[in-house]
Amino acid sequence: MTNTQILFSIAIMAVCTLLTRIFPFLILPDHKKTPVLVQYLGTVLPFAIIGMLVVYCFKNVSLLQYPFGIPELTGFLFVVLVHRWKHHLLLSIGGGTLLYMTVIRFIL
Amino acid sequence: MTVAAEQTNPLKSKPKIEALKAAFPYSLPVMVGYVVLGIAFGIILTGKGFSWWLAPVMGLFIYAGSMQFVAVDLLSAVFNPFQIVIMTLTVNARHLFYGISMLNKFRSMGKKKPYMIFSLTDETYSLLCSAVPPQQADENWFYFFISALNQVYWVTGCILGAVGGSFLHYDTTGIDFAMTALFIVIMVEQWEKTSNHLPVMTGIVISVVNLLIFGPKNFIIPSMIVIFLILSLFPEKFRSRIST
Repeated sequence: MTNTQILFSIAIMAVCTLLTRIFPFLILPDHKKTPVLVQYLGTVLPFAIIGMLVVYCFKNVSLLQYPFGIPELTGFLFVVLVHRWKHHLLLSIGGGTLLYMTVIRFIL
Repeated sequence: MTVAAEQTNPLKSKPKIEALKAAFPYSLPVMVGYVVLGIAFGIILTGKGFSWWLAPVMGLFIYAGSMQFVAVDLLSAVFNPFQIVIMTLTVNARHLFYGISMLNKFRSMGKKKPYMIFSLTDETYSLLCSAVPPQQADENWFYFFISALNQVYWVTGCILGAVGGSFLHYDTTGIDFAMTALFIVIMVEQWEKTSNHLPVMTGIVISVVNLLIFGPKNFIIPSMIVIFLILSLFPEKFRSRIST
């Protein structure tokens, strides 16, 4: 690609990305009353989507091949348990990440 | 008692600074994740022979993590605008649903609203859903600073990776678990806020089933569609006891 084509491609990606983000605001503008179903979806979707995003993070883990997802499971359990115990953002995330990085070094 | 009194009588002259101070701790996990992922992106981009300045340009104007990684492949191929449109819409299709939860939150944001919509990444969406603005801070500025700080981290990471990536000799394998940990923390906090765990369990189960059927590269869009349908079909099951 030439430099012009590269910049044009980036512009296309920027516009298309924005389109996906702006879509609900375009079909449901402020002056229109938000339908009850959409209001309901707005409150329950964050819960379902966070579940999906957590699964997304583990999408490449194989339970059938060594190391059988053990590092990921260790990190997951650490973050869940430590966060329920202390509710300290940096301890849960920093500690979980360090633990995960340690486990993959020893187990692989 | 005096401390409590000060908190309920905020200094009206400094709501912006208070909002920034309150937003910063919420954004710290994203800082770790975005700087690390941004560096990885910068390294890959320049590794393919592209100029370093394309990294911040893409971080500023596209600002979508997974899309930018796909973009490196698209830019390395023959110029094909149609394919770029299709790929970008497909990779980012999950964003179509995020705005639904932000309609009310962004309604009163005025001039900040366009930026809030533009910068609605996975991580920012999750933080905006769960972060609670403190009383002494301006609510809208609080949300704005969360979004803006996140993009600052991302662009910083992109520049660091593109400019200095080749000088990095630390083995940072696995540090991207920070982003995973952030999502887990948000999930735990949501779990504790409600007694109805059906929505999150639905999200998990549907995603796992779709992952098994469609594989890691293609499962997000079918997952979102099925989640959307199931939530829409059984509102009485999911709505009860949710307090947000």
